[in-house]
Amino acid sequence: MSQLLKRRFFEQIKVMFGAEPSKPAEIAPAAQAMHFYKKGNRDLIAEKLHARAHAEHKNTWRNRRWATLIAANLLFVLSFALDIQILEGALTASRFVGFHLIDLNSALQVMLAHKHIINNLLIGTGTVLVLWVLLGGRTFCSWVCPYHLLAEWAEKIHLYLAKKRLITDQTIDRRLRTVFWILFALLAFATGYTVFEAISPTGIVSRALIYGPGLALLWVLALLVFEIFFSRRAWCRYACPIGLTYGVVGIVSPVRIKYKLAECFHEGDCRKVCLVPHVLDTVIKGRAVETEIPIGPDCTRCGLCVDTCPTGSLSFEIKGLSKLT
Amino acid sequence: MSDDDQKPVAGPTPPLSKAKRQTNRRRFLRTVLLTGGVLGAALSGFLPLIYSQRKRLRPPGALDETDFLASCIKCGQCVQVCPVQAIKLADLIDGMGVGTPYIDPRRQACDFSCDAVQCVLACPTGTLTYHKPEFLTVRPGADLAAKPILLAKEKDPEPTLNMTERMGVARLTRPEACLAIQGKGFKGQTRGPDFKGTMRYMDVDRWKPIRIADHPYDVAECDLCARECPIKGAISIETVFAPDGSKRKSPVVHEPCVGCGVCEMVCPVEPSCITIEAREVWKT
Repeated sequence: MSQLLKRRFFEQIKVMFGAEPSKPAEIAPAAQAMHFYKKGNRDLIAEKLHARAHAEHKNTWRNRRWATLIAANLLFVLSFALDIQILEGALTASRFVGFHLIDLNSALQVMLAHKHIINNLLIGTGTVLVLWVLLGGRTFCSWVCPYHLLAEWAEKIHLYLAKKRLITDQTIDRRLRTVFWILFALLAFATGYTVFEAISPTGIVSRALIYGPGLALLWVLALLVFEIFFSRRAWCRYACPIGLTYGVVGIVSPVRIKYKLAECFHEGDCRKVCLVPHVLDTVIKGRAVETEIPIGPDCTRCGLCVDTCPTGSLSFEIKGLSKLT
Repeated sequence: MSDDDQKPVAGPTPPLSKAKRQTNRRRFLRTVLLTGGVLGAALSGFLPLIYSQRKRLRPPGALDETDFLASCIKCGQCVQVCPVQAIKLADLIDGMGVGTPYIDPRRQACDFSCDAVQCVLACPTGTLTYHKPEFLTVRPGADLAAKPILLAKEKDPEPTLNMTERMGVARLTRPEACLAIQGKGFKGQTRGPDFKGTMRYMDVDRWKPIRIADHPYDVAECDLCARECPIKGAISIETVFAPDGSKRKSPVVHEPCVGCGVCEMVCPVEPSCITIEAREVWKT
């Protein structure tokens, strides 16, 4: 990793905790040359217009992701409903053919509140930690969390209303999520009660799917209404501590999105569809510090940008896998 | 086009315009709004803790209420393994913590038809446990004098249930309505034909609980609570002296009672004459 990428790596961690991405102070010569070549290049502009005119809308990764998300949650539902016992429990804690799996954030809340850790809790948490280190941290959010899917549909309504100019997206300070993470951890530790679990839409929706709906869904509905009419994807962007927990796991994960400067026209389509557009600051004209850049840990690896990019500048990458072949 | 504007600017930030300042202020206010909203909702999540003095029947092997609320991860694995679906998850208005397991014995009691207290085995966090960690105290009278003997496996090499603390204690709360005390018998389906509760009947099938409605009774003197109690020596019909000196029959609860609630479920009188006092301890 070059010195510039290393600096960016640490800056992206700060961005995850709520810092605003900043303009780079230094850019590698190769990237600098590319930025210069793109400036006012008529051929390139013509090429861009051509590419945009012929770009076909793909939903490849979105469809794969939705299928995975629905399959995972369906496995929970069917394991109980049909008593096939493959994936027993709910998203907070479960057993996959007997192996304990425990959600990292729920486990943390319980450990802080109860201050006593039994072996099963430790084993389940360890298994899930290894799993999501391998799969990409916040991959959990977009590929498994059932609230994410509901919020994605709510987002579609929000974007439709915004296009009709009936509403505007009211942005909120992203540092709030870090504040919530600390607050909920402190509350669990101080009061000995896992208060976040009582309002976690992930847990509520997961349990509602498996054990039948309850009034707790009203809270989830309130969140969705807030996201539709007021602030786009507010819970996932500004509040959910689960996202931050898995984001931290994603720092060391080899699965990520890679950005290639050469193909990019800097039109920003990817940033428009992204749940966490601050991780894509590097696609802004003149910002990329190297010709190839891995996207930071707050990225949920949802693949919407990969689908959207008309030139293939963004793609999935497994770090180290290219070295093997 | 000059080379100069290729250099990214990272100099001192210019002063903010009035419009930008206003945008920032509004954003700050929205941030405060969301903080307040989420924290407000979170605080309502604390209600079960405030009400934790109120008694609730938790599954077997449950820690005391505050420890229970601290450690339960709300996954429902205990719900999934219960062969009679006695365990339910609490909803928002139940005031016991969203997603925490509880038992409503009148609707469906825990009859130990799993033989091994499966819910304890399923619990990933030790909220339901065979062995309470040493730093947690046992309330006097909550501990059982001996491991309870499960009548269903009395002839097995290991006849006991792996339980050291009781869930509660059964109490005759409406003696005036008790059929046994009145010397009355009972014939037919206890709880009526529409009652959905199920139970294991050893004379029917040890491994397959059936609906109580499919198992009608015909007894000359009602003894359903004692007859169906799954624990050895927990309840019996005794001859007692009434206040006026006359002899009569009455259900009497004994120390081995674990508070499973089968007696409450099968009592044919509406509402039940015998009820479980959740988290209650044995008082001599």
